[in-house]
Amino acid sequence: MRLDTAQGPVLYLDGVTVSFDGFKALSGLSLIIEPGELRCIIGPNGAGKTTLMDVVTGKTRPDSGEVYFGEANDLTRMSETEIAEAGIGRKFQKPTVFRNHTVLENLELALKADKDVFSTLRAALTAGQRRRIEETLDLIGLREQAGRRADLLSHGQKQWLEIGILLVQEPKLLLLDEPVAGMTDEETGRTGELFQSLAGRHSLVVVEHDMHFVESIARTITVLHEGKVLAEGTMDKVREDPRVVEVYLGR
Amino acid sequence: MKSGVLASFERLYPRRALLGIGIVYAFLVVVVPVLNLAVPAGSALHVSDYTVALAGKILCYAMVALAMDLIWGYTGILSLGHGLFFALGGYAMGMYLMRSIGTEGVYGSTLPDFMVFLDWKELPWYWRGSDRFLQALLLVVLAPGLVALVFGFFAFRSRIRGVYFSIITQALTFAFMLLFFRNATGFGGNNGFTDFKRILGFPLASPRTKVALYVLSATALLSALLLCRHLVVSKLGKVLTAIRDEESRLRFCGYDPFGYKLFAWTLSAVICGIAGALYVPQVGIINPGEMSPANSIEIAIWVAVGGRGSLIGPVLGAALVNCAKSWLTVAFPDLWLYLLGLVFILVTRFVPRGIAGAMAAGAEP
Repeated sequence: MRLDTAQGPVLYLDGVTVSFDGFKALSGLSLIIEPGELRCIIGPNGAGKTTLMDVVTGKTRPDSGEVYFGEANDLTRMSETEIAEAGIGRKFQKPTVFRNHTVLENLELALKADKDVFSTLRAALTAGQRRRIEETLDLIGLREQAGRRADLLSHGQKQWLEIGILLVQEPKLLLLDEPVAGMTDEETGRTGELFQSLAGRHSLVVVEHDMHFVESIARTITVLHEGKVLAEGTMDKVREDPRVVEVYLGR
Repeated sequence: MKSGVLASFERLYPRRALLGIGIVYAFLVVVVPVLNLAVPAGSALHVSDYTVALAGKILCYAMVALAMDLIWGYTGILSLGHGLFFALGGYAMGMYLMRSIGTEGVYGSTLPDFMVFLDWKELPWYWRGSDRFLQALLLVVLAPGLVALVFGFFAFRSRIRGVYFSIITQALTFAFMLLFFRNATGFGGNNGFTDFKRILGFPLASPRTKVALYVLSATALLSALLLCRHLVVSKLGKVLTAIRDEESRLRFCGYDPFGYKLFAWTLSAVICGIAGALYVPQVGIINPGEMSPANSIEIAIWVAVGGRGSLIGPVLGAALVNCAKSWLTVAFPDLWLYLLGLVFILVTRFVPRGIAGAMAAGAEP
């Protein structure tokens, strides 16, 4: 299950605190994600799940605490663009794809490449990049739709396209915010399979409300509550934890 | 070799569209000049000097609309200050034209008339070398380019977006207008520059010079169209539309929108400046009124009417609105602004994608 070159955790958070006008969205949160891991994070509304994602992607700066990506990248000191370049991809809650571009163009834009103005002006797809796009199209099951405008895709297809956008950037860590929200059962099932196949090659952190989905894919689950980790472990272990039952599952 | 050139153009537009653009261009630069210069004034086919001048003016406006489309239609940044860049290019050319008057001014001095009137004894330092045409050309590009670069640098760095950006650009052009209104600024105050005599030794009053400037404007417009088209079909163009549609997603894809915005913004300003420089010798006057906020808003209306994000659309929009303007401001001078406002509201409400959008929708089955 481990990435062969990586040593130690992919993501390391220790004592992270974020407050907005006195409200502590995260209070002393600590979390470790190992290479190749598929981790699910659950928790009631306001538990800090989205804030956690914001901190990791550099959108929100923590008031205190450490956030490391691998050993060398101090995420609290990097810009959003630098963090994306370092290998962290994020999927938003609402599918956000480039709606006026075709599926193919969406993937082309996201490709790992020089992304400054003048390299982009001269850019043309190399054979390797073309292959990479085609592999991704197969993986997300959108090969038939490659020439369609993203606007015209179904909701589930948009979610997959967004995952594809992340994959062509060859990220080490994928953050997925409610990836199956609004999907049909069949789409949810296929998404689960996709995640299972990605784990190992990438580390995945999935924030999800859909307990059936979580149960079907998760090996380790972290339960957040009031900005802290309430419980962590397998589904069975978490489910039996009385505190978890009280704040979340038992409602 | 020839097929290579053709192929590179076909990458920009399909063959039929290229043919259409070529025919319109040929009509503008061959047929119109011949009908103006070679056909006698009494003939029904004669194109009057007035029509040539009007067409030349509209071609310059169309170039501004094109520049506006690049930044608004494609990149999603609404500028309400593009009139400033147009005026700066115009002033840069105007300085040269003022110096070209030589001693033929009202006061017979080597200094421009307004300086004599202000009792200035010598040229201010920033007028140095303004009698050189090459320097004027350089200034036409640099003046709007640098203002746009510096303004854009701070605005985009601070991530100013949407309506806030639009309001600041409106304030920018207004501030420059007030600055240029002052006599002490050294650009002729509220009268600006006028009474030009010649350009590169050719008399501006001669029909041939007028036709030459008009042909130059049509050629500049065509070049700007092809340049903008080249940009928007490249990967860079896809990044620009991605900034418009989903900027934060683009950021997470590892792009820094800052450089892209600054590039599109500055290029757009430079195109406006060149249009202004072609405009001034044809209309024979430039004054701070060109920097008035209303002028910049009008530019946005041309683009909205023509159809954002289509390049050809805004060119048509600028032509159509200005043809209507030249007729209506004579027929109903008091009503023009109301009509313009009404057109804008109707277009926004009923044809949000403008003429080009409506035509594309009509072409689809």
